[in-house]
Amino acid sequence: MKKMFFGVYRFFAMLLENARMSVSNIFNNRLRSFLTILGIMIGVTAVIALITTISAVSRSISNSFTSMGAGQLTLSVSGSDLKPGLNTENLNALLEVDGIVGLTPSVSLSASMIYGGERDTGISVKGVNEYYFTREDELVERGRTINIFDVERKSAVCLIGKDVLDSFFYGVNPLEKTVYLNGIAFTVIGILGEDATNDVMIPYTTALKMNAEAFVTSATLYLTSAEISDSVVSSLEPVLDEMFSFEEDTYSISTMEALENTMTELLGMMSALLAGIASIALIVGGIGIMNMMLTSVTERTGEIGLKKALGARPGEIQMQFLIESFLLSMMGGVLGVGQGVILSIVMCRLMGADFSLSYGSIALGVGFSAAVGIIFGWSPARKASRLNPIDALRSM
Amino acid sequence: MENVFFRMTDVCKSYFVGGETLEVLKKINLDIAKGEYLSVLGPSGSGKSTLMNIIGCLDQPTSGEYILNGSMIEDLSEKELAEIRNREIGFIFQNSQLLQRMDALSNVELPLVYAGVHARERKRRAREMLMRVGLEERMYHFPNQLSGGQQQRVAIARALVTNPRILLADEPTGALDQNTGKTIMQLFDELSCEGRTIIMITHDLKIAGHARRIVNIIDGCLTEGEASA
Repeated sequence: MKKMFFGVYRFFAMLLENARMSVSNIFNNRLRSFLTILGIMIGVTAVIALITTISAVSRSISNSFTSMGAGQLTLSVSGSDLKPGLNTENLNALLEVDGIVGLTPSVSLSASMIYGGERDTGISVKGVNEYYFTREDELVERGRTINIFDVERKSAVCLIGKDVLDSFFYGVNPLEKTVYLNGIAFTVIGILGEDATNDVMIPYTTALKMNAEAFVTSATLYLTSAEISDSVVSSLEPVLDEMFSFEEDTYSISTMEALENTMTELLGMMSALLAGIASIALIVGGIGIMNMMLTSVTERTGEIGLKKALGARPGEIQMQFLIESFLLSMMGGVLGVGQGVILSIVMCRLMGADFSLSYGSIALGVGFSAAVGIIFGWSPARKASRLNPIDALRSM
Repeated sequence: MENVFFRMTDVCKSYFVGGETLEVLKKINLDIAKGEYLSVLGPSGSGKSTLMNIIGCLDQPTSGEYILNGSMIEDLSEKELAEIRNREIGFIFQNSQLLQRMDALSNVELPLVYAGVHARERKRRAREMLMRVGLEERMYHFPNQLSGGQQQRVAIARALVTNPRILLADEPTGALDQNTGKTIMQLFDELSCEGRTIIMITHDLKIAGHARRIVNIIDGCLTEGEASA
């Protein structure tokens, strides 16, 4: 018992003693030690900066996804040869499906717009129905929204976005003014808010007419709650199958969740790939450490021999060199973490994402560098411990 | 066997070099009693360094038996040999072999580190030993700030600090001028008078003459010589 206790005491005393000797040795060769840990430092910096930045970006993307479309389904219809989309009857039928509170067709087109001598050919126009604005009424800043009569009568009315407002109506009240979209006169009835993604919104029936189409190929379905999207999808499918005579590949339903998942997955893959590339730097750094340790063992052969003659056990010699490479690598790791955090703060600023410290990436960086130190220090330390004391002494 | 202090029986050592076997030590028989002051005298190439390595447990004999303080050396593992070197033997090398990056005190402390002695106790004992060799003024000097003789005295303090049974010196004055050598030899004589067992390996008859018993080693064979002093 007493012997065991002494063994444990001795182990920790040796650990401490070796750490002391290693630190003094590292500081005696300051420049060389610094150059050696540079590789590890760069590797850890890269890993941490990449992981933190990418996770910040993916967080901000997923935030904008949730604000955009929780509790929505997007239906896109390619239809069959006979029936290339949905008609009004079909749209009404979809409203009957459990869990759907409303829907809006969405008809997109690109138009040229003329007002007061100004002309812009790249205006994105989206046709929607009155329900769209009951869900997204924050989109309208001034004026009125498209109502059911506009939709039924295919009225030539439009709401304009901020960009259009600024370029066509600088200093002018646009309401009740007439603009020309693809040559058709439209009355401006409202102004969209900051968040609107389209330049101009018009009744979808009007948009269909402009496109010379009879069928709706894209619609957004609003659900009673976000959680039931899966069950709504499964009750939607038979209804849609029937509409398209059970032909294959006539429509697809995508949820925002699915889209977001795909996005997150993609970002995750990207970050894994980049981290993989960055960890090559860690391996190169490890080789640098191994090289320095091997040189160090050769240089200190005499010291090793002397220590052995004075009673150092092979394990204790090995421990000394292992601790040295471990400490070197850890120093590189800790410096790299600091640098990586600073770099990711800067990168998040530049990309406009919110910075948040990822403890996982720090643990990864430190853990990886510790592992590199032990793995790449092992063989030089073993070499040192196996030196024959006689040969080692002779070289002193 | 328990009572045997030091006994070598038919110790042989051969090396396999360049396709042929080189017999360096041939059937060495040597008994040493506690407190003995012995010189191993031989020219270079006689095998005296090999003999010293075996005595110092740095190397093991090819055949034969070596008993040190009741332990059969050839039965021991690396770890146990390290312990024997630490506790039983104090090495003094030709060119002092001090670690340049440590001051005198830390150099003397080093064997105690491997003996697992507590830091404060280590310092106390190392200081005591440096005082014993007359270097109390030079404890915090680094080896390159010390003269050759002083360095050798630090090395002697280091060899003594674990209170080993045998002091094993390999040409202790080989790198020193005559006067410095003399003072070092005086120190050895004093240590012998204190009852230490000393084994000194040398090619110098004058140095060997300090010992009370001399053995000659020529071509790997040991013969009992005469003490001239």
